Amino acid sequence: MAVRAQFENSNEIGVFSRLTNSYCLVAIGGSENFYSVFEGELGDVIPVIHASIAGTRIVGRLTVGNRKGLLVPNTTTDQELQHLRNSLPEPVQIQRIEERLSALGNVIACNDYVALVHPDIDRETQEIIRDVLGVEVFTQTIAGNVLVGSYCAINNQGGLVHPRTSVQDQDELSSLLQVPLVAGTINRGSDVIGAGIVVNDWCAFAGLDSTSTEISVVESIFKLHDAQPTAIVKEMRDSLVDTYS
Amino acid sequence: MQYNPVIIEQLILCCQCGIAIAPNPSNMCINCIRNEVDITEGIPKHSNLQYCRNCERYLQPPNIWVLAALESRELLALCLKKLKGLNKVRLIDAGFIWTEPHSKRIKVKLTIQKEVFASTILQQIFEVEFVVNYQQCDDCARIMAKNVWQSMVQVRQKVNHKKTFFFLEQLIIKHNAHKETINIKEVKDGIDFFYSNRSHAVKMVEFLSAVVPVRTKNSEQLISTDIHSNTSNYKFSYSVEIVPVCKDDLICLPLKIARSLGNIRSDDPLVICYRVGNSIHVMDPNTLAVTEITTSTYWRTPFTSLSTTKTLVEYYILDVEPLGPKRGKYILADIQVARSSDFGKNDTTFFARSHLGGILNIGDTALGYDLTSSNFNDYSFDTLNRNSLPDVVLIKKSYPQKRRKNKPRKWKLKSISKEQEEMAPRKQDANKMEEDYESFLQDLEEDPELRQNVNLYKSSNAMNVDTTAEESTAEEEDFPEIKLEELLEDLTLEDTI
Repeated sequence: MAVRAQFENSNEIGVFSRLTNSYCLVAIGGSENFYSVFEGELGDVIPVIHASIAGTRIVGRLTVGNRKGLLVPNTTTDQELQHLRNSLPEPVQIQRIEERLSALGNVIACNDYVALVHPDIDRETQEIIRDVLGVEVFTQTIAGNVLVGSYCAINNQGGLVHPRTSVQDQDELSSLLQVPLVAGTINRGSDVIGAGIVVNDWCAFAGLDSTSTEISVVESIFKLHDAQPTAIVKEMRDSLVDTYS
Repeated sequence: MQYNPVIIEQLILCCQCGIAIAPNPSNMCINCIRNEVDITEGIPKHSNLQYCRNCERYLQPPNIWVLAALESRELLALCLKKLKGLNKVRLIDAGFIWTEPHSKRIKVKLTIQKEVFASTILQQIFEVEFVVNYQQCDDCARIMAKNVWQSMVQVRQKVNHKKTFFFLEQLIIKHNAHKETINIKEVKDGIDFFYSNRSHAVKMVEFLSAVVPVRTKNSEQLISTDIHSNTSNYKFSYSVEIVPVCKDDLICLPLKIARSLGNIRSDDPLVICYRVGNSIHVMDPNTLAVTEITTSTYWRTPFTSLSTTKTLVEYYILDVEPLGPKRGKYILADIQVARSSDFGKNDTTFFARSHLGGILNIGDTALGYDLTSSNFNDYSFDTLNRNSLPDVVLIKKSYPQKRRKNKPRKWKLKSISKEQEEMAPRKQDANKMEEDYESFLQDLEEDPELRQNVNLYKSSNAMNVDTTAEESTAEEEDFPEIKLEELLEDLTLEDTI
């Protein structure tokens, strides 16, 4: 299911929210409309958490996370960290990172297995990403852009990348991620994919400007058609069985 | 083995219609961008042009009327200036689409470019239709209302020949003083110059007072007045009267003027005018004394010439006896002369004291005023003692032999096109004018000083005349001829079809 949403007249909903398979962070807005969209779709499956990072609303750009963990920048206050700890499900690890590139959402893109990171990111940070999120870390660029988190959106079934990503780059990225990729746009031609869409394995939220063409691309590449959390669990079980057998 | 990278074109779906396209800054296909935005927005598709059907000019706002042919660059410039929003886009091309001239429609095809989204430049071609509306221009309105000129300069000289005006015409041509005139009209005893602007007329008056001795008077006529805006519309007339004394005239100075002039003896007021600049220069032929009568002096006690060049009589020089005094080219001499007309009839001879001692030789002919047989109506002349008067006053050397040949001149003058008086001149008037003109041309030939103020142009047959002139140079060596070097090349525009 792909849903259109808008945060206080802004279509860049990826800036104001962080969606993973086990939790969802939503910025504290003036009205609850934005929160309600997420709550309506996800409320009975995963927690939808009001959050702020360093007192700002741009939670989507400052944090990065997946099913297993959440990374927040060192500007996060203790109170915010405590609130997140209290709200997140028990198995999710949360870690504050000392990293110069503090907009973690912009410099890191990840699903539950692989993370693509900005080339300038610290080795220690890469270690933390590997440990906390339980992923393989690859230093990459997307269509020449170092802000990998801004220019792509990935889940465990597929990924949408910057429209100028060449076919060779797509092939390379998709072999790293082990998921199919497609170049495309969001928000009626915008190439800032990460800011325009948030996605997990069964649900996606796109900016209100996104056209039906864009939505259909999103649904097909992220395999959201009639995807249900239960179906995912089943699929995951298969893959887990594959892994451990 | 050489590696040949296979470049597969990267395609994305157009975000509007979903067709596969190469990524572009707006990530939309061309058609969707076209649908989305209209870069011609803000540019009017219809407009009007004002056209004066009388003078066939177009109005270029605010108030300039320009001549422009259909489908000309000027008209295109005018049309583009009419379109308001063009400064917001980049104009690539503009051209006319042919329309029937009678349709009063002008169609212009424009190609424009504009940046639509971030760094997406769209180019579009569209048409603008102009409707040609009639509007009478100010100039034509003025002509229609018979209200063409605003100020007039009336130049008059009350003498019985037109030589002054021929000279004035040449002066005006040389100084291009008639540039702003809208009409020139020949009238009795003078010329009228018409101007659309008062300042141009004042300029002409100033020019005239700088080159000839004149008296000016201006008057104005109220055409209309607007009491609300406190403005009025006037017609200005400048009356310029030229002193009726010409070069080579014989003058009997009034006693009052003669007394006021230091070097003219008041008991011998008979003088000749030897030059007219912006004042009158006179010379006493008996003493070679010269003096200048300024315009203001003249108009305080106006006088007329005693006798003009029309009444000059030809004399034959029998003897020249220089007396000694000199002034420039003039040498005082006693000259014995006889009338050319008396030859073979009687032996009457006259003695004349003249300034032409250096110019005349025995056997030459000269022109002079015959005082013995003339009858003058002049008050100051009547008061003179008859017995003390000279019999003859010689004025200039003449060249009767050469003149008789009647050969064409190798030079010519330009003339200003003038409107004639409404009534056609009588035949004798026309003849008289031709005579005056011929006489003016002769004066020019004989007087290099006069020539300095005049532009002479090469006649088309200048070369032929020059060669034929070679054969007959023997007769009169000092015959004044204008050298070919003095002449200017004339510019002629001819239709070459």
